[in-house]
Amino acid sequence: MDKRYPDKPDTVYFFGTCLVDAVYPEAGMAAIRLLQREGVRVVFPQNQSCCGQPAYNSGFPDEARAVARQQLDTFTRDYPIVVPSGSCAGMMKRHYPMLFARDRDLSRIRAFSNRIFELTEFLVHVLKVKLEDRGDPIQVTWHSSCHAAREMGVTEDSKNLVRQLKNVTLTELEKERECCGFGGTFAVKQPAISAAMVTDKIADIRGTGAGRVLSGDCGCLMNITGAMERGKVGIQGQHIAQFLWERTNG
Amino acid sequence: MSNTARERIFAKLRPAVAAGQFDIPSPELPPRPEWTPSEKVQKLKTLMEAVRSEVHVVKADAWTDALKALARQRGFKTLLHGPGTQVGDAVKQAWSEGSGGLPALRTYEGAIENYKDTLFHDTDVGITSTLGGIAESGALILWPDAEEPRLMSLIPPIHIAVLDADKIYATFSEAMERMSWSEKMPTNALLISGPSKTADIEMTLAFGVHGPKELIVFILEP
Amino acid sequence: MGDQTFSFEKNVETALGDTQLRANFEYAMSTLYQKRKAVFADEAETERLREVGNAVRQRALSKLPELLEKLEKKCIENGIQVHWAETTDEANRIILKIMDDHRATRMVKGKSMVSEEMHLNKFLEEHGKEVMETDLGEYIIQLAGETPSHIIVPAVHKNKDQIAKLFHEKIPGAPYTEKVEELNALARKTLREKFQHADIGLSGVNMAVAETGTLCLVENEGNGRMCTTVPPVHVAVMGLEKVVEKLSDVPPVLRLLTGSATGQIITTYFNMITTPRKPGEKDGPEEVHLVILDNGRSAILKDPELRQTLQCIRCGTCLNHCPVYTRIGGHAYGFVYPGPIGKILTPQMEGLEKTGGIISASSLCNACEEVCPVKIPIPELIRRLRNESYDSKGSVPGHGYKWNLPEVLVWKAWALVNRYPRLNELAMKVGGLFGDRFPKIGPLKQWTRVRTTPRLARHSLHELVKTEGVDHE
Ligand code: SF4
Repeated sequence: MDKRYPDKPDTVYFFGTCLVDAVYPEAGMAAIRLLQREGVRVVFPQNQSCCGQPAYNSGFPDEARAVARQQLDTFTRDYPIVVPSGSCAGMMKRHYPMLFARDRDLSRIRAFSNRIFELTEFLVHVLKVKLEDRGDPIQVTWHSSCHAAREMGVTEDSKNLVRQLKNVTLTELEKERECCGFGGTFAVKQPAISAAMVTDKIADIRGTGAGRVLSGDCGCLMNITGAMERGKVGIQGQHIAQFLWERTNG
Repeated sequence: MSNTARERIFAKLRPAVAAGQFDIPSPELPPRPEWTPSEKVQKLKTLMEAVRSEVHVVKADAWTDALKALARQRGFKTLLHGPGTQVGDAVKQAWSEGSGGLPALRTYEGAIENYKDTLFHDTDVGITSTLGGIAESGALILWPDAEEPRLMSLIPPIHIAVLDADKIYATFSEAMERMSWSEKMPTNALLISGPSKTADIEMTLAFGVHGPKELIVFILEP
Repeated sequence: MGDQTFSFEKNVETALGDTQLRANFEYAMSTLYQKRKAVFADEAETERLREVGNAVRQRALSKLPELLEKLEKKCIENGIQVHWAETTDEANRIILKIMDDHRATRMVKGKSMVSEEMHLNKFLEEHGKEVMETDLGEYIIQLAGETPSHIIVPAVHKNKDQIAKLFHEKIPGAPYTEKVEELNALARKTLREKFQHADIGLSGVNMAVAETGTLCLVENEGNGRMCTTVPPVHVAVMGLEKVVEKLSDVPPVLRLLTGSATGQIITTYFNMITTPRKPGEKDGPEEVHLVILDNGRSAILKDPELRQTLQCIRCGTCLNHCPVYTRIGGHAYGFVYPGPIGKILTPQMEGLEKTGGIISASSLCNACEEVCPVKIPIPELIRRLRNESYDSKGSVPGHGYKWNLPEVLVWKAWALVNRYPRLNELAMKVGGLFGDRFPKIGPLKQWTRVRTTPRLARHSLHELVKTEGVDHE
C-alpha cells in the first residue's frame, strides 16, 4: 500500500460521512476537537454529504458518481481531507479513481484521492499526537472495519493510539480481520448471513472480557452495538474519536 | 463436430483479444536464493522430512551398503529396480556381492498390460534414480523412461529414490533453465516431495492413500 | 444443480440452521487459513509472487487464441489428440465417443472441476459406463451421491463420523471404523482394484503449457498419477483459459497454487505430461486426449474488466477466507463453483437471472481479493455484476433482470438528496419527524431481525459544527 504523508498543515478539511452526520455526530465533533487541539484549523464544508459508497456497492455507479462529484466540487482547496471512517476514506481514496476511470477530469480526481486520510492515520503520522490519559482503568477491544484494514491499512495506527493511553488495556479480538457482517445493504439483502456474522463477532468481543468495543467505523458500530443491545449484551460500542477525546480531555 | 466447435470458439476468442485493452505488468521474480551445496542438501532434507520422507545423506561409494543394511533391517521382500541405469546397475552389482537376507530383485518385465498383477500385488519396493532435486520446494525431479517406467515410483508401497547431492538446484526455475527443459520435455516429468497423502477427512493428514506409503531418499555426497 | 427451483435464500437458511455443517466448515476453513498463512509468512515476497502470478495469467489471456493454437499444434506433434467443445454437452459426447471407440466401460477419474461443470459422471452413467471418482474427497461424495462443497476439499462438509457410516454402508464388506487411517486404507484397497482394471483414465488440467504442449497436474494422493498412467487411454479435460505461455511460467504459478490451496510449499506430486507412451516405454497410456472446453469462457474474455475472472487458477483460497462461504458452505450456492470465485464466475456462465441472488451475498469485505494468488479484484467484479443486474444495456447474460422502478427510484432519490445540500437538510428534518428512531419498514425490518433500530441524532453534525463554532464555509 503506497502511503505518503504530508507535513503538518495549518488547515484541514473534515469530511464527516453520512452516518456520523445522522447517527453519530458527537463522534464527528470529538474528531474535530482532536484535530483542533493539535493546532490545526478544521474546515467543515456545509455542502458535503455522502461518499457515494452505498450506491456504488449496490450496483448503481451512476448515482454514486453523481454524489461523489458533489464532494469533488465541495472540497476544492488543497487541504488534506480527514475522514473519521476507514470505509468512506477507502471509497474516496481507492475507488474514486476507478469510478471516474473514464472521466476527463481523472487527474484532478486522483489529486483529490491523494488528499484523503483516515482520522487515526492522520493523528499518528501527520500530527504525531501524544495522548495523555486522564480516565479510570478500563479494558477495551478493537474492531477494525474491513476497509480500514484492507483498503486503508490503518488498523495498527488506530490501535497504537489506544495503546498510548496508560490506563487502557487493549485486548485484541481473535479474528480481528473478519468482517462483522455490516457491508451496507448486505445487512438487509442477506439478513440471515449478516446476522450469523455479527453473532460470531459479538462472541469474539465477549471472549476478550472487555467492557467496551471501539471502532473507527460507524457502520460496523451500528451493526455491532445494535445486535449487542438487542441481545442484551452489556458491552458498549464507541467510535474511537469520542473515546480518545473523553479520555484525554477530562 | 469438434472442428466446427473449434472454429466457433476461435471466432469468439479472436475479436475478444483483438479488442485489446490489456495492460500487462512485467514484474520480476523474487530473487533466487543463493545457497551453498551443503545448505541445499540441508534445506531439501528438512523440507522433505517435514512431509514425512525419510532422508539419508550418505557417501556416494557407500550408498549400496546403506541400502542393503536398510533392506535387511526393514525386511523388504521384493525390490523392483531398473537395470541399465546407474542406480539399477549398482543395486544389481551390490546384490551379486552377497544377498543374504536381502529382498529378491525384480525387473519391470515387458509392458504394464502384462506386468500389472505382479506390480500391484507382489512388489514391496521400487528403487529409481532421480534427475535432481529442488532445495526451495523440497522435491525430487524424476523423468521416468524405458529403464525406469513411470509406475515404479507409484505402485509399490515403498519408493526409494537416489539423488546426487550435486544435482540439487535452488529452485524449480533454475532446474528447468539449467537443463533446458523447454527444448526436450519427456513423456512424463515428475516432482515428488514425499509419500502419497491426503487430508480429505477432517483435515487429518494421513499417508499412503493411493501411492507409496513411504518415500526413502538417499542423497549421495562425493 | 442449477435447476429452476434453486433458491439461494432457502439454501442459506438451511445451511445456517445446520450446526454440524457449520462446525465442520468452521474447523476446516480455519485450518486451511492458518496453513496458508504459515507458508506465505513473508508478506513482501508473497506480494511479489502474486504480481508475477497476475502477470502470467494476464499475459496468457491477452494471447489466448494464439496460445491455444500453439498448444494444439504442440500437442499434436507430441502425439496428444486435441478436441474442442463449445458446450458441456459437446465435451461429454466427445468423451463418450472416445470410450466407445475403445469399448471402454470402466473409467477412473482424478479430481476435475471442469468435469463437475460438465456433469460428466451422470452423463456417462446414463450411457452405461462405470465412473469411479478416485480422489478421496470426491470418492466420499460420490458414495454419498452428493456434489463437491469446495473446489479443493470436496468432502469438507462431512465429518469423520459421517464418513465412517457412509463407508460402512456403501463399501461392500467394510467394517465400521472412525479411525482416519483405517478409512483411508479402505479407500486405498477399493480404489487400487479400480485403477488396475480401468480401461480409461480421466483427469483435469491445472495448467497447460503452450510452448511445449505439456499438461500439468497438481496432487497429493497419487490418484491423479494412477489415472493418467495405468489405463491404456488418458483423457484430460480443461477449460480453455488454463493455458500458460511458457514453461518458465509454471514454477511461480505452481508455488502460488499449492501455497494458496492447501498451504503447502509444493504438493506431493507435480505431474507433467507431454506425450503418450513412446515406443519402447513400458507404461503410460498409449493414447492421450485433450478436451478443451469453452462453455461461456470465450464470451467472458471480451470484457476488459470481467475477463479477469479467467485469470483464476482454482486454488480455492478465496473460499477459505470468505466470511460468507465459511458460514453457509458450498452447497448453498447451488452451482459447481461456490464462494467468491463462484459469485463472479457462475452468473457469467449461467446467466444473471438464474444465479443473480448469490451476488448480493457479499459484504465486500475484500478478504478474497487480499489473498487471491493472481490478484483478481473479486469485490470490483461483484460490484460490476450487481450493476449488470440492473443495467438493461449491460453485456452479461441476463443483464438488467433485476431492474425495478421502486429500487431504481430509491437510488435516484438518494442521489438527489446527497447532491443538493438543501434537500439533504430537509431530508434530515423529515427524518427527524419520526422521532429519534427510523420507522421499521422495508429494509429496516430485515435490519431489526437481530438488531435494535439505529437512533437518529437530534442534531446532525452539519448543525453541530455551526453551534460549536467550527469553520463551516
Ligand atoms: S479467484 Fe483467486 S483465490 Fe479464488 S480460486 Fe481463483 S485464483 Fe484462487
